[in-house]
Amino acid sequence: MKLESVEELEKMAKVVRRGILEQVYKAQSGHPGGSLSIADIMTVLYFNELNLDEKNPNWENRDRLVLSKGHCCPALYSCLANRGFFDVNELESFRGIESKLQGHPDMRKVPGVDMSTGSLGQGLSCAVGMAIAGQMNKKDYRVYCVLGDGEIEEGQVWEAAMSANKYKLDNLCVIVDNNNLQIDGTIEEVMSSYPIDEKFKSFGFQIINIDGHNIEEIKSAFEVAKNVKDKPVCIIAKTIKGKGVSYMENKAEWHGKAPNEEQYKIAIEELK
Amino acid sequence: MEEVKKATRESYGEALLDLGKENKNIVVLDADLSTATKTALFAKEFPNRFFDMGIAEANMMGVAAGLASCGKVPFASTFAVFAAGRSYDQIRCSIAYPKLNVKICATHAGVTVGEDGATHQMIEDISMMRTMPNMTVMSVCDDTETKWAVKEISKINGPVYLRLARLKTGIIYNSDMKFKIGKAIQIGEGTDATVFATGVTVEQALIAKRELKEKGIDIRVVDVHTIKPIDREMIIKCAKETEKLISIEDHNIIGGLGSAISEVLTEECPTKLIRLGICDTFGKSGKAEKLMEYFGITAKEIINKIQ
Repeated sequence: MKLESVEELEKMAKVVRRGILEQVYKAQSGHPGGSLSIADIMTVLYFNELNLDEKNPNWENRDRLVLSKGHCCPALYSCLANRGFFDVNELESFRGIESKLQGHPDMRKVPGVDMSTGSLGQGLSCAVGMAIAGQMNKKDYRVYCVLGDGEIEEGQVWEAAMSANKYKLDNLCVIVDNNNLQIDGTIEEVMSSYPIDEKFKSFGFQIINIDGHNIEEIKSAFEVAKNVKDKPVCIIAKTIKGKGVSYMENKAEWHGKAPNEEQYKIAIEELK
Repeated sequence: MEEVKKATRESYGEALLDLGKENKNIVVLDADLSTATKTALFAKEFPNRFFDMGIAEANMMGVAAGLASCGKVPFASTFAVFAAGRSYDQIRCSIAYPKLNVKICATHAGVTVGEDGATHQMIEDISMMRTMPNMTVMSVCDDTETKWAVKEISKINGPVYLRLARLKTGIIYNSDMKFKIGKAIQIGEGTDATVFATGVTVEQALIAKRELKEKGIDIRVVDVHTIKPIDREMIIKCAKETEKLISIEDHNIIGGLGSAISEVLTEECPTKLIRLGICDTFGKSGKAEKLMEYFGITAKEIINKIQ
């Protein structure tokens, strides 16, 4: 199922967001803020950009996605379910003891999850390994890695960035979800990772700055990225934490909190 | 026992080179220590399958995980202190939890690293690695066993921690020796005592066995090359058949071989076990042999405990 038009993708982004809210509300646990900030990016990836086969999740030529900010898996699960990797009704089992939808993604449980993540800062290294394997095996798949702007405070991210540059991984595309908030406050207040673009640039990446909620811009950034040669690409997506739910937008407190029944109803109404 | 002495890190480098010729999916990663870990032998022969990840062990483990997820069989090598210690969480979340097929081959384990001192003497790795779910933990003692282990772990699908040493030790097994992961090797039938040893201490146990024999004391040595899964049957058998039980390891006595054996004994047949090892203290600089004496992980110490 590939969606081409901006309108279709915008419509799907709302479906994905409702799925995020449903999971976090039903579980009364999880991370809505950062899931909502990457919802548009993830929608474009899963419904337009990634070359996947939902009938054959381990297809060796598939594009790979590593959600390094693993706590935002409600966005990933919602995309995978709506893309047909598993039944959308399973979303309501999120974080339950019988569920395959663990609090952080488990590649051994969920079809379509390419790497288990959760401990921040580790995903880019794994994505580098996948990209190197792609080069070695002369496969033309691409590897995408979604990082948080707080997550890049972890030193391992920069070790991984160095190695992506060393091996000239032009099949690797990093997306930084720059919603400017982490648990204890704004990025500047807690531990500034700015300037993000200049940092990645100095590590040898081609930089693309976009509005992470503009479907057109997201789509065209991936197109540009595909044509960059001999170096990895870093898309820095300016986003709003909690995007799409009025009372959650730009509020750090919605990083890891579930809405109550009334709040859930308001959110679902706003996302229609 | 032949006179030739060789460190298991050297055998590892040679085995890796052979394995690389047999299996093209083998890839090797190192963190700027390839001349010391001996992965340089593989690197020279297979430059396109060797990745020097620089002084960045955490990233090396993650890259190995990514490679494994795409069908490669990565051997990731560095000193034990940087493998198990520095990269603990990367091994835990990116390798062990998703059961990825990464072989962590950690050289320079224990105080027998010698002159580099405490910062480089990893005495906690067996403990940390064996408490990690999904991880197989091995600690080999000579050239023959190392070469078998390197080949064998490439055939099993899942994460393995292989502990290797810098100290040169004697060759114990003939090349036609048969090994099996999870099956400890009993050397001798003596009933006066069992000495459970692993890695560099197996040689010490065998020296003690020989010297005690001259005094009319007949002990057996058990080479525990697989720490996890531990060979429960062998431990129970020796507890029932021998008078005394001793364990000896170049590792903290907390959490290592002695602890693993104690856990089995406690559950199956409560028996006193004398644990020789590093007694919950950091190492120090010095010659490896002097350090073994200092920390009491020698044949002499075994003999003292038995007599």
